[in-house]
Amino acid sequence: MKAWRARLRELRRYPSAIAGLTLIALLVLLAVYAMVAIPYREAVRLWQGGEGVWTDNPRLAMPRWINLFTRTDLPPTLVLDSAGDPEVKKRVERGDGDVDVTVSLAFDYTYDAFPNELSIFLTADFKELSPFATLIWRAPDGREVVLQRRSVRASEIYRVSQDADLTMRLGGRKPEVGLFARPLTEPPRPLKGRYELLVEGILFEPEAELDAKLVVYGQVHGLAGTDHLRRDITVALLWGTPLALSFGLLAAIGSTLSTLILAAIGVWYGRWVDGLFQRITEVNLILPVLPILIMVGILYSRSIWVMLGVVILLGVFSASIKVYRAMFLQIKEAPYVEAARAYGAGNLRIVFLYLVPRVIPILVPQFVVLIPAFVFLEATLAVLGLGDPIMPTWGKVLDDAYRNGALYMGHYYWVLAPSVLLIVTGLGFAMLGFALDRVFNPRLREQ
Amino acid sequence: MAVAPPVAVPRVEAARAAGSTLARVAKYAVVRLVALLITVVVGVYLTILVANMGGYVDQLRRAQIREGVGLMALADPEWAMLTDQDRRERIERLVALEEERLGLGQPFLVRSFTYLANALTLNLGRAEQIMSDSGSRQVRLILLERLPATLYLFATGQLLLFFASIFVALHLSQRYGSFLDRLMVALAPTSAAPGWFYGIFLILIFAGLLRVLPFGGMVATPPPPDKLGYALSLLKHLILPVTAIVISAIFLQVYYWRTFFLIYSREDYVEMAKAKGLPSTLIERRYILRPTLPAIVTSFALTLIGLWTGAIVLETIFNWPGLGRLLYRAIGAYDTPVIVGSVVIYAYLLALTVFVLDILYAILDPRVRVEGRST
Repeated sequence: MKAWRARLRELRRYPSAIAGLTLIALLVLLAVYAMVAIPYREAVRLWQGGEGVWTDNPRLAMPRWINLFTRTDLPPTLVLDSAGDPEVKKRVERGDGDVDVTVSLAFDYTYDAFPNELSIFLTADFKELSPFATLIWRAPDGREVVLQRRSVRASEIYRVSQDADLTMRLGGRKPEVGLFARPLTEPPRPLKGRYELLVEGILFEPEAELDAKLVVYGQVHGLAGTDHLRRDITVALLWGTPLALSFGLLAAIGSTLSTLILAAIGVWYGRWVDGLFQRITEVNLILPVLPILIMVGILYSRSIWVMLGVVILLGVFSASIKVYRAMFLQIKEAPYVEAARAYGAGNLRIVFLYLVPRVIPILVPQFVVLIPAFVFLEATLAVLGLGDPIMPTWGKVLDDAYRNGALYMGHYYWVLAPSVLLIVTGLGFAMLGFALDRVFNPRLREQ
Repeated sequence: MAVAPPVAVPRVEAARAAGSTLARVAKYAVVRLVALLITVVVGVYLTILVANMGGYVDQLRRAQIREGVGLMALADPEWAMLTDQDRRERIERLVALEEERLGLGQPFLVRSFTYLANALTLNLGRAEQIMSDSGSRQVRLILLERLPATLYLFATGQLLLFFASIFVALHLSQRYGSFLDRLMVALAPTSAAPGWFYGIFLILIFAGLLRVLPFGGMVATPPPPDKLGYALSLLKHLILPVTAIVISAIFLQVYYWRTFFLIYSREDYVEMAKAKGLPSTLIERRYILRPTLPAIVTSFALTLIGLWTGAIVLETIFNWPGLGRLLYRAIGAYDTPVIVGSVVIYAYLLALTVFVLDILYAILDPRVRVEGRST
């Protein structure tokens, strides 16, 4: 115990160890935060939820902090909803049973770029006669554009950006540009000021209701932006952390410990056991790990835990069994092992209490360096399209990005965020591992 | 001066030693080859077992039989005269007969050896979706067509990596503590990330932002008509993937080997050589590199085996028309015959790697005994 404490103290002398530990600590904090802030079910819902969950998110928006680095102020998403806000809605009884409803959704637009998209969601509550609505757009300079006149069924989505007729009326400009542009300037620049969407509705039943929601999709969203399905990438980045760490840790523990124990058993029992283990290792060396994982993913299951099991199984007889064997062969002849034998210790007792613990210090650095290798293995599988079907991981974000041409289209944020997290994990564990290697195996020290 | 006679004797001895080295290596090679063949057979057998746990190989075989019977039936002139009902019944009967003939009714243990023989000869039937560039659906042809591209990329990458890292490590071991040395040590942890990961960034910088190198592929489309242009185009497409391979492994290799060389460069005989005033390149080559090479080759073998695996994604990222990219496409198309075939061919490649390195080892290390365990 004392020796361990001394080693830890020595570790403090290595700046790389401190840096590595800091990075790992940050990742662990992030993982804990993710699990506390977004419960597992909620995370799955946010990631797999379908249109309903993501409708108010912009498509392919950059992260919000991008505004710190650009001279132009890019707009975030603005959502204006009359449902929860009685002040924007006015009802006037007409006397003949019909009701006039006016919904006025006004907002200040002070950004230097155009929105990404524009959508209006109309909901009506009626028995037989559906209400009729006129949608009017008011720019800060007083211009008025009638967007559409329509009868409103229970729930309508009016994708303003896809309205070809409106595009024509705006002189060929896309609606999200034409409605926000300063008139007669080329290239178009947004006009800053207070905009208003006026929904003038006629209800043909006294009990009926009409509500409108305007979503001005921005060009920036959240901490990490959104992907092609309007999903908030932040969710995947957050939840990817505990998944990556646990996958790396479990795979590293599973494969190193089992390898170590088998090597000890092989050396201690010797003869055919040792021979058998060596032959299995030679076969295992030739088994292509990734193709076999791919085969398992295609034929059986893509669950991250099945993959973990296969990774551990394939890692049991890994090449490092030979390295451990060489160490155990030396230790086997050590006097203390002979003493244990003399007092009558059983075979398994010697293996587990005398041989294995002796090698663990040498194992610790290797073990730490192995963790990121498995984290990257998970990412590799995901990039091949074999990521876990339910859970969001960093690799799956990279995969989505790659498949949707993020590099060609210039959506660099989409690739960079998961990559940075992956490399931080890799560097954190590797730096710590290298420092540990120098502390635990002084022969490798340069002095 | 009086140097002439002592020089002549070693020459004769060297010649004799060379002859015995050849015999030793040849014998060793044969023994290793046999051992590896057995290993490959066992490895492929395990693969078959994994693949057939859900009965997939059986399904493949059944589909193949059905297709064969269908083709046979179409060629039969009597066929056209039969009614639909008769045709179906006849096909079923033929399929059952054929399955019986090919032993699909036998217990799995017996069948698995048939599969093993088929897999070892890459006789894996026909692909479901994917076609070779020459238009064939034979899995073997598809795989063999892709092999050169993979070998071209990885041989280039590995050789470059091997020689560059040895050269740099030797250089640094003589300049211990210099800025470059400390930089390499500091950069060693970056090797935690695989090649494809750096590939993404290389594409992002050199293809996406700077637009100086292609995004991927092996030659420009359309390929240049003349030979020189074609070769140049190949080279240009090779730069980024090879760089990714090298970056992903070189710092770690340099770090390990430099430490290794450092330990060896404190041996007495090196000090002796220094004291004699031998030039430093000679000391590096003959006194440090020569005795450490066997160990380096072994460690390189393990790196290589790891890199084959990374190759699959690297080829995918760079759109390189090799085995890895093929496997990626096969995954997308759920083309099981191609996937099983790829696993087998990767097993062959790994065995080949191990074999080549074993032979290298035997040439480099005179102590290797043929009879005993090699490593």
